[in-house]
Amino acid sequence: MSKRQERMKIIQNAVERTNARRKLMNTVFTYVTIGCVALAMIPLGSILIEVFKNGAGAINAEFLTQPQGSIITGDGGIGPAIQGTLLVMGLASLIGIPVGVLTGIYLSEYARDSKFARAVRFFNNVMTGLPSIVIGIVGFILLVVTVGSFNIMAGAFALSIIMIPIVVGVTEETLKLVPNSVREAGHSLGIPKWKVTIFITLMAAKSGVLTGIVLAMSRIAGETAPLIMTILGTSLFFQCLDCPVDALPLRIWRLASLPYEHAESFGWGAALILILIVLSLSMVLRFFVLRRSGGRAPSLKL
Amino acid sequence: MTSEEYLSSQDYQLAKTVAKPGYKVSVQRLNSWFFEKKALKEINLDVKENTVTALIGPSGCGKTTLIRSLNRMNEMTLGARVEGSVFLDDVDIYDRTVDPVIIKRRIGMVFQKPNPFPTMSIYDNVAAGLRLNGIRDKRLINEIVEESLKGAALWDEVKDELGKPGISLSGGQQQRLCIARALAMQPEVLLMDEPTSALDPIASAKIEELMHDLKRDLTIIIVTHNMQQAARVSDFTAFMYLGELIEYGPTTRIFENPDKELTERYISGKFG
Ligand SMILES: Nc1ncnc2c1ncn2[C@@H]1O[C@H](COP(=O)(O)OP(=O)(O)OP(=O)(O)O)[C@@H](O)[C@H]1O
Ligand SMILES: [Mg+2]
Repeated sequence: MSKRQERMKIIQNAVERTNARRKLMNTVFTYVTIGCVALAMIPLGSILIEVFKNGAGAINAEFLTQPQGSIITGDGGIGPAIQGTLLVMGLASLIGIPVGVLTGIYLSEYARDSKFARAVRFFNNVMTGLPSIVIGIVGFILLVVTVGSFNIMAGAFALSIIMIPIVVGVTEETLKLVPNSVREAGHSLGIPKWKVTIFITLMAAKSGVLTGIVLAMSRIAGETAPLIMTILGTSLFFQCLDCPVDALPLRIWRLASLPYEHAESFGWGAALILILIVLSLSMVLRFFVLRRSGGRAPSLKL
Repeated sequence: MTSEEYLSSQDYQLAKTVAKPGYKVSVQRLNSWFFEKKALKEINLDVKENTVTALIGPSGCGKTTLIRSLNRMNEMTLGARVEGSVFLDDVDIYDRTVDPVIIKRRIGMVFQKPNPFPTMSIYDNVAAGLRLNGIRDKRLINEIVEESLKGAALWDEVKDELGKPGISLSGGQQQRLCIARALAMQPEVLLMDEPTSALDPIASAKIEELMHDLKRDLTIIIVTHNMQQAARVSDFTAFMYLGELIEYGPTTRIFENPDKELTERYISGKFG
């Protein structure tokens, strides 16, 4: 037997020896992953079902558009809370998305491994872990005490501070996944660096960046503690820039502490609306990302 | 009966694909699609052991698709579908009972673009297939890594820095590393998709020489756009056009006296 044949035999044997094990591991792995999916889906599914079951009954036109009336008779609705949540989230995103994306771009495409970049990255990571109540207190001191009243900008500021580190992290990591050859192809056409970055590199990474943005928006949609410290909550629609504003998580929190039957059903209804807002965010994302890649999974291919 | 008539005859339609003794690889009635688009049409191709077969044809004609169908790599592409048979000796690799993992062990592959494992050293790149298939014998691994690197004409350039990351090598060196990585598994068949398109003439010549040595031990199927290379390295040549195998035969005949006018026009550079 030649040396080569001997080797082929050894490898063949090793492959066959490990074959049963490999197949077993394959099966085990498949079932473990399926099991984990189930484990993740069961609580999620049961929460969704519970909220739908308890909240769907409360929802009608009045509930969506009117301010809360007497909670004992169950008049009115949660109009101001829906309006407030959309306003505060919108304003927070208006600050958080550009700042986050641009910082991510700076870290990945411009600063790379400078001392400054490393410091920014470090603080960004620290900020990701800050308790949101602390951010609320900062918002209170900076924008409530100075203005002299609870106000929408303080809330938007606090929420954007929660958003930014998430968006920065996702943007930087996704941009780093874009192969260098893509950037080089852009540069080789004489396109200025900032245009290569925005129209070529960022576009190649867009599905990841958009997913990060939606993740961050969903995260702030449910934040309660910083809003207590900044917009307080109210039963009125938006009044003025330095008035308290309502929001869904605040409303849910308040309703949950009231001992009335209608308060309970209003609370479930508000929770359902909040979930629907978050769900529709991801659906809109999926629609846009998938539409552009012809219905196929988004990829880094240009 | 012309070949077109034969392909549409009932005999052919009803015929079962069977192993062909005497051939290492036998492609029979292979069809392939990407989503709705057909990429390969009724390919039949028999390859003898210890030969080099060149696949030639204009860009987009399906060479890569065909070569990737020979080790069941193509079916891993999103939207790709393959029907038909590919016999390796007497097993149909598309048989339900066949494990694609075992097939890939027996049929090595070198890709169009060099793709070393990014986080691994030169040594680890070559050893990866052995180690992850359960080979523990360090001496044996050492020996095979050295031989494979020598076999791929890379040893002299890297022997002092085997711990360096594989991706720190030049493009041509990376491609030879990928060849070494494939050789380490002692494959019976080696599939190469334009393996020299990233190499300089000297490194290309080394690879060509290498193919000559390797074919004593294994069967090589290579895609190339370089007609001179096809003529130099291959014993048989298959000419493809728009997903069909137009003509297949000994390289000297295909190049000197092809049956089909299309083949002649492509080889003489009149289109493609
Ligand atoms: N991943 C894919 N998705 C969809 N269509 C594909 C895919 N890969 C290849 N095709 C299509 O299949 C056909 C054959 O492509 P293939 O890559 O096999 O060509 P080729 O002969 O290797 O060309 P080249 O010489 O340029 O490498 C082409 O029309 C191509 O558009
Ligand atoms: Mg190709």
